[in-house]
Amino acid sequence: MPLALFIFLAALAIISSLGVVIQRNPVHSLLALVMTLLVIAVLFIGLGAVTVGFLQAIVYAGAIMVLFLFVIWLLNLQVEERMTGHLALKFFGAIAAAALVAELFLFFAHAHPALAGKEMAPGYGSIASLATVLFKDYLIAFEATSLLLLVAVVGAVAIARRPSPSEADASGGKTGAAS
Amino acid sequence: MTVPYSWVMALSAAIFVIGVAGVLLRRNVLVMFMSIELMLNAVNLGFVALARRLGTMDGQVIVFFVMTVAAAEAAVGLGIIISMFRNRETVNADELNLLKW
Amino acid sequence: MIELLIGALKAIIILLLALNLAAILLWFERKGSALIQDRIGANRAAITGLGRKLGLPNLGFVNTLVADPIKLFTKEDFVPEGADRFLHALAPFLALFPVLITFAVVPFGDQITIAGHTIVLQAASLDVAALYILATIGIGVYGVALGGWASNNRWALLGSVRATAQMISYEIAMGLAIIAVVMTYGTLDLQAMCHAQGGVWFGWLPRWGIFLQPVAFLLFMTAGMAESKRVPFDLPEGESELIAGYFTEYSGGKQACFMLTDFAEIVLVSVLVTTFFFGGWQIPWLYRDGFHFPGGATFAMPNLLVAILGVIAFWVKVVIFCWLQILIRWTLPRFRYDQLMRLGWKGLVPLGLLNIVATAFVIVLAGGAH
Repeated sequence: MPLALFIFLAALAIISSLGVVIQRNPVHSLLALVMTLLVIAVLFIGLGAVTVGFLQAIVYAGAIMVLFLFVIWLLNLQVEERMTGHLALKFFGAIAAAALVAELFLFFAHAHPALAGKEMAPGYGSIASLATVLFKDYLIAFEATSLLLLVAVVGAVAIARRPSPSEADASGGKTGAAS
Repeated sequence: MTVPYSWVMALSAAIFVIGVAGVLLRRNVLVMFMSIELMLNAVNLGFVALARRLGTMDGQVIVFFVMTVAAAEAAVGLGIIISMFRNRETVNADELNLLKW
Repeated sequence: MIELLIGALKAIIILLLALNLAAILLWFERKGSALIQDRIGANRAAITGLGRKLGLPNLGFVNTLVADPIKLFTKEDFVPEGADRFLHALAPFLALFPVLITFAVVPFGDQITIAGHTIVLQAASLDVAALYILATIGIGVYGVALGGWASNNRWALLGSVRATAQMISYEIAMGLAIIAVVMTYGTLDLQAMCHAQGGVWFGWLPRWGIFLQPVAFLLFMTAGMAESKRVPFDLPEGESELIAGYFTEYSGGKQACFMLTDFAEIVLVSVLVTTFFFGGWQIPWLYRDGFHFPGGATFAMPNLLVAILGVIAFWVKVVIFCWLQILIRWTLPRFRYDQLMRLGWKGLVPLGLLNIVATAFVIVLAGGAH
C-alpha cells in the first residue's frame, strides 16, 4: 500500500490508542478503541490480509466492543474525577514505557532494510486460502477454539448472572446492589 | 512504494507499549481491560506484517485464533468485572484489595 | 486519471440515487400508509398555492419533498442539559455513515463499454463484498447506542439499550442468511452473484436466488426489517411508548440524519434482497445481445440499451421491496420485546443454521455449486 497512506493510518492509530489510555470518560475511551480497531483493520487489508481485516471489523469492532459498551452502561460508569494512582507509579511507569519504546524502535529500525517481501501470491489473504490452511493444518486448533467459545459463553453467564433468591438466602442475605 | 516491514513492526511496538502504559497507569478496571485489547491488536498487526513478509497464511490463521480467544476472554473478564462490581460497588483497581496482605 | 474520475462519478451517482430514494420514501410512506388506512395523507404543503392558481394539478409530491427537509433543517438544534455534547453531535452521523457506505459494493448494472473503457456499474468491485456488508452492518450499532446514552435521558437510554440488543441479535440471523447465499453461489462478490443469476432453468424459469434459497430470503427479509428497527420490530423507537426512543432528544439536522438512516436502511435492505435473491439487474430472458424468449423468439438489442434496461429493472425491483416493507409496517402490530428476542434467538438463528446444513447437503449431493 502507498507509503503516505501507511503513515497517515499509523499516525491515526497512535493518536487513537493514546486517546484510549488518556481519556477520563470511559465511553470516549471506548470510542477511541473502536477507531483504533478500525484503523488496524484497514492496515490488515492494506497488508494483504483482506479476510482477516474484515473479520477484525466484524468481530472486534462490531461485537466485542458492543459488549464493553453494555458493561459500561450496566455499571453506569461516570467520568473519573481525577486520575487516581500513586505519583511514583506513574513516574516510573512512564520511564519504563519510554525505555521499552526506545529499545523496540532501535531493534526494528536496524532490522533488514530492504524488507520488500515476496510478491503476494494471487489469492493471498482471500477467504479460500485462509479456509484451506485453517481446515487442513489447524483443524484441531479450530475445533478446540469452538469448544473454548462454548466454555466461555457458559462461564460468562454463570459468573455474571444475578444469584437466584435461594442462593442469596443461603449466603446470609447479602444481595448485590446492582443487577 | 511498498511499506518496509520494520515500520509496521515499529507501529505494532508503539501500540503495544501504549497498551502496557494503559494497564499500568490507569486504575479503572474497564480501561485496563481495553488496554489489554490494544496489546492484543498490536500483536495481531505484527503477525499479519510478518505473514506478508514470509508469504504464508499461517500468520493470518494465528490472528484468527487470537481474535477468537480475545472474544472469549473479553466475555469472561467482563462477567468477572460485573460480579466484582456487584460485591464491592467499585471498579477502581486500588479498592479491589481483599486479598492484599 | 480517467479511471479515478469514472470511479468518483460512479460513487457520486449511486450515493445520490440512494439518498434521493430515501427522501422520496418519506413521501411514499406517508401516502402509502394513507392509502392503507383509507385516508388522504399529507397534502397541505403548497408553495403559496401556486399550483392551484395556475390550474395545474396539485403537486403535493413535490411540495412535501421540499417542505419536509426545510422543516427538518431549520428547526432549532438543542443539546439537553447535562448531555455529552460531543457524543450528542457525533451519534447521528455515526448512525448514517455505515448505511450509506454499504451502497458502494452493490452492482446496479452490467458492465458497459464507452469509448474503449469498460465500466462495471458498481462503485467498488470488492472480492469480499458480502463480508464488507456484514462489517458495515456491525458498525451501524454504535450510532444508535450512543444516541441514547448521549441524551442524558433515561427513557432514551432504555430505547437505545433495547435497540442495540435487537440489532446485534438480528445481525446474527442476517449473517447466517448471507452465508447460505454465499455457499450457493460459491463467491462473495456481488457482481458475480448477479451474473450467476442470469440464464434459465427448464427453458423458462429465471435462475433467481429466491428459487434456490427461499428460507434464506425469508430470514434475510425479517432480519433486515429488524435491523432497521421497522415495525413490527420498532419497540426501540416505540412511537406510542417512548416518544421517539433513542432519538427523543434530537431535533433539526440531527433528527434528519436519524430519519434518513431509517429510510436509507429500508433502501439498503431492498437493494440487498434484490441482489441476493432476485437477480439484481437481471431481467428474465434478457442477455447481453438481446432477448431470447422461451418460445424461441429473439430480439437483438445493442449492449448499451441492455445495460440501461438492467439498471432500470434493478431500481424497479428495489422500489417494489421498499413498498413491501412499507406495507408490512402498516399492517402488522408491534412485537413485545421478549417476543422479539425470542424470535431472533430461538427462531431465526436455529432456522438459519438448519438452512446452512441443508444447503451444504444439497451442494455436496449435487456435486459442486449450483
